[in-house]
Amino acid sequence: MTPPAPSSIPATRPTAGRGDETRCACVVSAPVSNRRRAVLLVVTAALVLVVAVVSITVGAYVIPVGDVLKVLAAKTGLTDSTNSLNASVVWDMRLTRVLLAGAVGAALACSGAAYQGTFRNPLVEPFILGVSAGAACGAGLAVMVDVPLSMQVMAFIFGMLAVWLTYTLSRVRGERPTVTLILAGVVVGSFFSAVFSLFQYAGTDEQLRRLVFWVMGGFYRATWNDVAVVVPATVIGCLLLWRFGWRLNVLSLGDDEARSLGVDPEPLRRWVIVLATALTALAVSVSGIIAWVGLLVPHAARMMVGPDHRFVIPLSATLGAVFVMACDVLARTIHTGEVPISIITSILGAPYLVYLLRTRATHLGASS
Amino acid sequence: MTLQVRGLSFAYGAHPVLDRIGLDLRPGELCALFGPNGTGKSTLYRCILGHLRHGGTVTLDGEDLSGLRPAQVARRVSYVPQQHTNAFPFTVLDMVLMGRTPHLGGVFGPRRSDVQACERVLAQVGLAAERDQLYHTLSGGQRQLVLIARALAQDCQVLLLDEPTASLDFGNQMFVWRTVRDLARQGRAVLVCTHEPNHVLWFCDRVLALGRAGRLLADGVPSEVITTELVRTLYPTVGAVSMTGASVVAPVDVLPTQQSASG
Repeated sequence: MTPPAPSSIPATRPTAGRGDETRCACVVSAPVSNRRRAVLLVVTAALVLVVAVVSITVGAYVIPVGDVLKVLAAKTGLTDSTNSLNASVVWDMRLTRVLLAGAVGAALACSGAAYQGTFRNPLVEPFILGVSAGAACGAGLAVMVDVPLSMQVMAFIFGMLAVWLTYTLSRVRGERPTVTLILAGVVVGSFFSAVFSLFQYAGTDEQLRRLVFWVMGGFYRATWNDVAVVVPATVIGCLLLWRFGWRLNVLSLGDDEARSLGVDPEPLRRWVIVLATALTALAVSVSGIIAWVGLLVPHAARMMVGPDHRFVIPLSATLGAVFVMACDVLARTIHTGEVPISIITSILGAPYLVYLLRTRATHLGASS
Repeated sequence: MTLQVRGLSFAYGAHPVLDRIGLDLRPGELCALFGPNGTGKSTLYRCILGHLRHGGTVTLDGEDLSGLRPAQVARRVSYVPQQHTNAFPFTVLDMVLMGRTPHLGGVFGPRRSDVQACERVLAQVGLAAERDQLYHTLSGGQRQLVLIARALAQDCQVLLLDEPTASLDFGNQMFVWRTVRDLARQGRAVLVCTHEPNHVLWFCDRVLALGRAGRLLADGVPSEVITTELVRTLYPTVGAVSMTGASVVAPVDVLPTQQSASG
């Protein structure tokens, strides 16, 4: 018997087989090629436009697609005059709403995807850092007390305050382990929720009505002023998060591993959290708290293209826009009055996730 | 590329973990880091990689690693963690591509040339066919090889491996050790942390024995360092051990020549 030369790779290979203790806390689909991922991105981006136009046609009364396109063309200077009544409904009421709904959907979904990558937990959502509670508390404070800042700015400041508190409280021995970060988020979130509840308890009837809008969420107050701020800010925020896509993949392996692969986890996490929080606070400030989007849409995106954040983040943006625009259509059509959109997203969201889990996904341990 | 560690001490608060460690890691050398649990082997790795601040110097061909940014360190020293599963279901190719991160110039991640480099290293560890499988569905041995392939994609001259054969079956343990030995033969400096004295004797060129309170007890050729006395010092509960006498299941190519001739 002669021993094999030391430099040769042995002929025996480890046997293929399922991992014995595989733990992957999320649903998986079969790997998808980059080309198919890119095609999906383009298709969903086109879908955003289609859904936007269609949702403009729907409302208290239906405006045919042709008329909608005519008004849009006239208003953007492509053609001349048009029916004046439709013009104001399409341009000033429905288009602002649709644009705002799309931007808020993209912002919430994108920040959800970013939080999930940063915290290495596919079940984390903007709520976990206490951002939503903080933003709601800031808005509530603006309702209760006369402050020189607008309700929106207060929501933003308190959202950032909440995330800063969470981030500072979670510091242990010079590091911020995920577990303490999430625990701190729960503590900070419940504190701000309690303060917000106190506002509701102490407020007058008029104040209470305004606070409730904030909790339910909606787009009926959309104006061109809101659109002018929220749409460009959302686009910039999502693009900046997209830029971190690859490094988020590396960060999702854990701090030590990320560092040994050349990615410094602390500054990266800080930037991603600040961006995601800004996007969330921006969305909350114009539409109130809209549940589920930040959790559900990134999940759907991940099932379609896999976990690579270079694709999950932009796909979350397009799918989030489509999802919230569609939910807003339902919110203003299924009842004579206006149904709060958060009720729609929750009622649609929960069964949708169940459907995806049961049918589209090959679960952990199952063959792919 | 010689990795030099001098006077490396580290303590968690008042609890000392490493005590004035000094070592040289030379190219082409497969060196074992051997010692009981809790003697600071993983801490030593984290200190060398610059994850922990320590009193001492770590230099690579005279260049102080502590002054470098993480991306610069990652182009020089690669670290192979124990096989694990992670939160997101990345493919094998994705996992290996992450090794290219310190070399990426652009914003949007790896290019085609990076993919080709990763396919080459996957072939090198015998996982070319598993390219598109999901990392967490592989067996433990295959996952360990993926992480080794990732370190190869990182293209460093120094490799630090953390118990690469822990929780693997016998066949996978031998395959991983042989793969690691080949990487050293190709001119890399390789440090492997392990709990198995026989593996050190079978595969390694050199061994560093780390004892209680993070002190380096011995540094030398395995057949001279791994003695009954050392094993008794490191593992008092074991009692007397025999270096020969009992029958041992071992691959033929790792046994000393006279034994394999007689066997």
